[in-house]
Amino acid sequence: MRDVAVVGFAQRQMQDYDGSPQCAELLVPVFAECYEQTGWTKKDVGFWCSGSSDYLAGRAFSFVSAIDSIGVLPPVNESHVEMDAAWALYEAWLKIQTGEVDTAVVFGFGKSSAGVLRRTLALQLDPYTMTPLWPDTVSLAALQARLGIDRGLWDEAAMAEVANRSLTDAEKNEYAVRAGGSSVADLLARPVFADPLRKHDCAPVTDGAAALVLAAGDRAREVRERPAWITGIATFADGLHLGTRDLTRSVSAARSAAAVGGLDGVEVAELHAPFSHQELVLRSELGLADDVRVNPSGGPLTGNPMFTGGAIRIGEAARRVWDGTADRVAAHATSGPALQQNLVCVMEGREKGQS
Amino acid sequence: MAKIPAAVIGVGQTHYRAKREDVSMAGLCREAMDRALEDAGLGLDEVDAIVVGKAPDLFEGVMMPELYLAEALGAAGKPLLRVHTAGSVGGSTAIVAASLVQAGVHRKVLTVSFEKQSESNAMWALSVPVPFVMPVHAGAGGYFAPHVRSYIRRSGAPTHIGAMVAAKDRTNALRNPYAHLREEKTVEQVLSSTMLWDPIRYDETCPSSDGACALVIASDDVAQGSADPAWIHGTVMRSEPTTAAERDQVNPQAGRDAAAALWKQAGITDPAAEIDAAEIYVPFSWFEPMWLENLGFADEGEGWRLTEAGETGIDGRIPVNCSGGVLSSNPIGASGMIRFGEAALQVRGAAGDHQVDGVRRALGHAYGGGSQFFSMWVLGVDRPAN
Amino acid sequence: MSRTLQAPVTVAFDYTRSVGPVLGRFFTGLQERRIVGARLSDGRVVAPPPEFDPVTHAPTTDFVDLGDTGTVTSWTWVSEPVAGQPFDRPFAFALVTPEGATEPMLHALDVASPEEVATGLRVRARWAEEPKGGITDLVCWEPAASGPDAPRSGAADRAVGGTEDAGVTGIVTPVSLDYTYAASPEESSFFRALAEGRIIGQRCPACGKVYVPPRPACPVDGVPTEEEVELSDTGTVTTFCVVNVPFLGQRITPPYVSAYVLLDGADIAIQHLILDIPAEEVRMGLRVRAVWKPRAEWGTTIENISHFAPTGEPDADYETYQHHL
Ligand SMILES: [Zn+2]
Repeated sequence: MRDVAVVGFAQRQMQDYDGSPQCAELLVPVFAECYEQTGWTKKDVGFWCSGSSDYLAGRAFSFVSAIDSIGVLPPVNESHVEMDAAWALYEAWLKIQTGEVDTAVVFGFGKSSAGVLRRTLALQLDPYTMTPLWPDTVSLAALQARLGIDRGLWDEAAMAEVANRSLTDAEKNEYAVRAGGSSVADLLARPVFADPLRKHDCAPVTDGAAALVLAAGDRAREVRERPAWITGIATFADGLHLGTRDLTRSVSAARSAAAVGGLDGVEVAELHAPFSHQELVLRSELGLADDVRVNPSGGPLTGNPMFTGGAIRIGEAARRVWDGTADRVAAHATSGPALQQNLVCVMEGREKGQS
Repeated sequence: MAKIPAAVIGVGQTHYRAKREDVSMAGLCREAMDRALEDAGLGLDEVDAIVVGKAPDLFEGVMMPELYLAEALGAAGKPLLRVHTAGSVGGSTAIVAASLVQAGVHRKVLTVSFEKQSESNAMWALSVPVPFVMPVHAGAGGYFAPHVRSYIRRSGAPTHIGAMVAAKDRTNALRNPYAHLREEKTVEQVLSSTMLWDPIRYDETCPSSDGACALVIASDDVAQGSADPAWIHGTVMRSEPTTAAERDQVNPQAGRDAAAALWKQAGITDPAAEIDAAEIYVPFSWFEPMWLENLGFADEGEGWRLTEAGETGIDGRIPVNCSGGVLSSNPIGASGMIRFGEAALQVRGAAGDHQVDGVRRALGHAYGGGSQFFSMWVLGVDRPAN
Repeated sequence: MSRTLQAPVTVAFDYTRSVGPVLGRFFTGLQERRIVGARLSDGRVVAPPPEFDPVTHAPTTDFVDLGDTGTVTSWTWVSEPVAGQPFDRPFAFALVTPEGATEPMLHALDVASPEEVATGLRVRARWAEEPKGGITDLVCWEPAASGPDAPRSGAADRAVGGTEDAGVTGIVTPVSLDYTYAASPEESSFFRALAEGRIIGQRCPACGKVYVPPRPACPVDGVPTEEEVELSDTGTVTTFCVVNVPFLGQRITPPYVSAYVLLDGADIAIQHLILDIPAEEVRMGLRVRAVWKPRAEWGTTIENISHFAPTGEPDADYETYQHHL
């Protein structure tokens, strides 16, 4: 495998973005920041890959005009996944591994507020036996939360603790759309929204865009003193159907962690848990030690732009390597209802060969 | 670092129909997948990863259907990716699957793409009005017809060329048991069919189909154990904007750049001489001469002469779309992968009644959006030198 | 004034789904007030039946009639229902394991308040008066202890979507989503100018090309177009097609000429209608002028221009527009 690192990251997160769902306007400054961080121009980028959703935008081929923000004449080597941009990063990483290119920019965008997000996401379910009931995402997460509570795997106080820590950390994140910690007792005193979930247990509806820059070997070393070298990246899926899946677990998250050789020694983990109890599921499935610092950015409970939220976790984790606060970090992305599909990316300040 | 050689060792297709009312979406995909696996001599559990491709989710009204399909496709417990690059998606999906193998991450990857267009209506899904904008859009035909007119003006091609392509592809489809439209057509019949989007006639347009196509792509070691691997000699993707000032919409630069990069990767200097069979994405008949030029099989303005001379027929110098092509079967999300898979069948000598004699190298081609997304590959009988 | 123009868009279609043999069996059962599950290769009994066995991947064939009572294994309270859900007032979604099954299924549970639900609650099916062959034939679950006894299995035996013997082969699923569409700020300025009877473009600061409508990103340079340029309402037809096809959702009655019109002063053509000339006489190079609707009908839309009509000038030379094809 080639040594590939994350060397650039820019993001925008906001509530009720008033621009067009194609988000070109958001992407232009995001790319500009990536160029500033790397000293590159678009000619330095070997491959582009994006993640977004037609149903989020409410029209077919919603992604086609987003590439205008790159400036695509002369044409570019480019691809798109109908997934969170974390999987676009995976495709770009593959492309670099084939040796065809040395560099890539990965981006995601989405205007979640264009429709009623929790209703739109009911279209992700089984179209024959589930979608006709329009089960919203928050309800599905709540069913999962209660299963764990009933089994004694977690409780509402532990969930509130996750939310409180996230809201406290988000005070230092200029992009967070929700911030301000208080106390577990205060959070538990707030009204229940989707029993047993309170609103602070659920990620806020967030619009946004983000881009990540990947580079191999010397191209990465030219950009940063401490590139965030990807030492493991893996993704797995579970089935969706609630009747054949244990919702208190996320087997595919555990598999992803195992496939990168486990997460021992990780100092910081950015977890894509859009609901507070899902962070607890992930900590256990990913085998994170108790002293791992989770979501210092505030995490998805304080800002979770759809189709970008997972990629942002990778960027936030990479930053801890760049600035020297951590030597080994993990980022996680999820997709589908109740942690159905997962991706784990481990990054380190040192290349694999070094000791 | 060099790519790990990879090859197609299994191809599976469904029968393409206007409405496959006998199956669900899962059933449709599995029909193609099971045939591809049988062809490859593999079980679903032996596959390392699954890559799904599909055009807009609005067609079936399911957001990211690969999620609910995961279990039925055997992807639960495996890596699962979903590609969407508009009409080129079938090709792009195969390329992403190939990259999983060429990167050395997996050894056996199954890729499937599908469209069950009968669940909705493609014209509707592609023409949902945008506020403030003039509602002149009329589906893909309405989009491409003006550019076909531009081609005719620029090249001076006689008007019967489009009809010749349609008659050829429809007649070729008679040799393909999976094809949707299986009817002998004469040039005269095509010319007398209704004018839909002038200058495009009814018989010059692709149908709207239900269908799926699947490929098994294997690494060097696995493929060497296969009786007839179709080795990947080159893959390429290029994109450009839908609209831009003075953008060439007839002979787009992304297609020209992609072809040039592809021929270089595959070590081809004269595609017309070195490609023995081509499956080119031709949803409207006139795109055959247009893409012949774009791909470098003919000089600009000269592509129609190859068509007119019969050079693109099954016995011609550059047989194009011997399967009947998109003009005979068009499950949009799968159409690109069908081109890529038919190229594999030609290389493997497994194309049955529409096999071209002695194929050593074949082209699979797909495009999408407003002629702006291109994906292509070249397959060959010979294992590529590293 | 808001920064951008916004307008509602509804994306709606009644999807026709062929369900295949396994789900067909499930839906036929529901129509007959039976819950049909499947015994999987690992011994689990599951409803709805998976189409393929999760372990062997073979098509599901071992069907089991389950009871229409069950036990709640998890639940949540939907305090603010969204459109399309089983009830438009607060209700519960629940995972319920039907009698005879080993795993739960998702459906609504009708109780008046969250205090009336608990994990372990015994529930029974409430069936639709007029079954249609779909998941909503099971209206919801309700507490087993409450309500009058409803008719049970076999009370309905209508067939939908096929012959009487075939059972359910297809379902119709209406999907209707409401969005608020927003134009980009650059496009918004274009549409607002139209409301004043002006056509404006913007010049890209990098390549100098004049885009109409203006763009949030020049597709060549990836930067927003900036300097405003007032454009003429005359131009040249570069290319066109005649639309003869009627289709669902169409707003202009065919046949009509859909053309690319390169406005004088612009570097990119816009799409619009050509009228006041027989369709067969429209040609590349035709000089046209915008025909505006009466001012009273103007809004922030390009539809203020009813269509383009010939100016009567000689056709433009091919060389003047050949790079716009
Ligand atoms: Zn420009």
